[in-house]
Amino acid sequence: MNRFRGFVKKEFFHIFRDRRTMIILFGIPIIQLMLFGTVITNEIKDARIAIYDQSKDEMTQEITSKLLSSGYFLLDQNLETTNDIEAIFKKGRVKEVLVFGRDFSRKLKREGKADVQIIADASDPNLGKLLASYTSGIINDYIFKQMVDLHLPMQIEPEVRMVYNEGLKSVYMFVPGIMAMILMLISAMMTSISITREKELGTMEILLVSPLRPAQIILGKVMPYLGLSIINALVILGIGHFIFGVPIKGSWVLLMGESVLFIMMALCLGIMISSLAKTQMVAMFISVIALMLPTILLSGFIFSIENMPLPLQIVSNIIPPRWFIVILRNIMLKGVGLAYVWKETLVLVFMSAVFVTVAVKKFKTRLD
Amino acid sequence: MKQPNYDNSELNTETATGHLSAKRIPIITVKNLVKKFGNFVANDHLTFDVYKGEIFGFLGANGAGKTTAMRILCGLSSPTSGELMVGGYDVYKQTELIKRNIGYMSQKFSLYEDMTIAENVRFYAGIYGLSRQQRKEKEDRMLKKLGLEPERNKLIASLPLGWKQKLAFSIALLHDPQIVFLDEPTGGVDPITRRQFWDFIYEAAAEGKTIFVTTHYMDEAEYCDRVSIMVDGRIAALDTPDALKEQFKSEDMNGVFLQLARSAQRTE
Repeated sequence: MNRFRGFVKKEFFHIFRDRRTMIILFGIPIIQLMLFGTVITNEIKDARIAIYDQSKDEMTQEITSKLLSSGYFLLDQNLETTNDIEAIFKKGRVKEVLVFGRDFSRKLKREGKADVQIIADASDPNLGKLLASYTSGIINDYIFKQMVDLHLPMQIEPEVRMVYNEGLKSVYMFVPGIMAMILMLISAMMTSISITREKELGTMEILLVSPLRPAQIILGKVMPYLGLSIINALVILGIGHFIFGVPIKGSWVLLMGESVLFIMMALCLGIMISSLAKTQMVAMFISVIALMLPTILLSGFIFSIENMPLPLQIVSNIIPPRWFIVILRNIMLKGVGLAYVWKETLVLVFMSAVFVTVAVKKFKTRLD
Repeated sequence: MKQPNYDNSELNTETATGHLSAKRIPIITVKNLVKKFGNFVANDHLTFDVYKGEIFGFLGANGAGKTTAMRILCGLSSPTSGELMVGGYDVYKQTELIKRNIGYMSQKFSLYEDMTIAENVRFYAGIYGLSRQQRKEKEDRMLKKLGLEPERNKLIASLPLGWKQKLAFSIALLHDPQIVFLDEPTGGVDPITRRQFWDFIYEAAAEGKTIFVTTHYMDEAEYCDRVSIMVDGRIAALDTPDALKEQFKSEDMNGVFLQLARSAQRTE
């Protein structure tokens, strides 16, 4: 036991004395969380618009003030002629122009029909689409209410409710994703690098010649990362919950239990990578290309799996974070218990077992 | 039997283990060691003994199979067949006991560059299970001997190669092993430092440690008590340097080695 403690202590020396390792361990998680939580977002906030109001009546005023008080839009300027529209888009500051036709309210009341044109800058297509749909949503909402007042017949008013994320906040989606990514990065990449480093330096041979058993060596290398990953998981959940307001409806114990399971799985993966790779460079490449990219692209972290082409949907099944993200979302947002996530949990357990088996097999053939 | 019978080398006992006064207790016994990797035979029926307290040189061109044999003796790899005893323990069954009784140093010197001298010493003392008391004594004695006491809190990365080498050797001896395996211990070190290093090796041998060393510097072969030269996975010659020079009618070990190596079929 004493030997083991010395070994773990040595591992901490390596970690704390290497600035790069420290940055990866503690800098990246926080930076990424801040980035995804604030900068990269699918929501609209204070988009600048221009309005060319040819009616300037009571209704167009009301619509305008509804738009501006929604928090999504900010009035950049009022236009007096359609000629300005192109110039204003070219400057790039204004993302949308709203044109109200003549006699807006009179036409609406008399003919039940009025003109409003929404022109959005689609040089960023996603943003353009979002702006247009937010704007028409607000306008429709207003018109519906007017129609009720005007006692027009026949109307369907859908009542939409977005359950589990009423505000459609993207941070709810990112926190579980980032958590999966960071834990993968730290656990799998860092352990595989630190084990291959010993191989490269030749110290692994010295360790293998010593009375330490191979299992003790591997365990000693992995233990510090297990501890640091758990701390990181807590930090990410803490920032997500207390700073970004992501709810944690389910039990913290279950959440941490699942996180520890995922970390173990990633550690096993790291051990497997280190048994395949001879150098730190190779270990790093395998980790980045085979782990990070699929985690970002195929795990459902950013792009939803349901919208992927079928082959990619199938591939996504073998990506461990895919299952972990489902578990996290279910526990955090839906507040469900183990009864609802046992399948995903089993998948992670199974994956860990496969990785360990491959690693042990590889290790044995190397010693032969 | 293709293998020459090396027991004839009894004649050379006096020169072979000059400082050992003719007491020859085998500490490593290898009989018909075979190691195959698929169809490739890396070690083809090796048979030799290493005696307690001697400096045994293990020579051969790259790919001749010397590293493979050494790794087997250290327990880093398992033999395909053959009888092997190291330090009185069976290589197949008593690996753990062997590990406690051997020291190992590779050409990479294998110290942790991001740790200080003292931390490295403590770490290696730790994995061999030395008590705090033992460790302190050894650490102090060793650093004093190496003249590294004032540097004990310096990072290994800041030390010159020669010091790293001596430190690595001293660390390999830290747990008082019976046998020390040195895998090309002087690679990349200048001649003066190499000579100094050999003084260290002699000193350890004089204390009764058995030194098993691989090298490809022929001048170093002259420093060994006995030398075995491997060619194509077999031991082509094994004797004292003087006897080999006489046998091959050569002035130095380089000549002996070249004559033997010329017959090699295998290239790397």
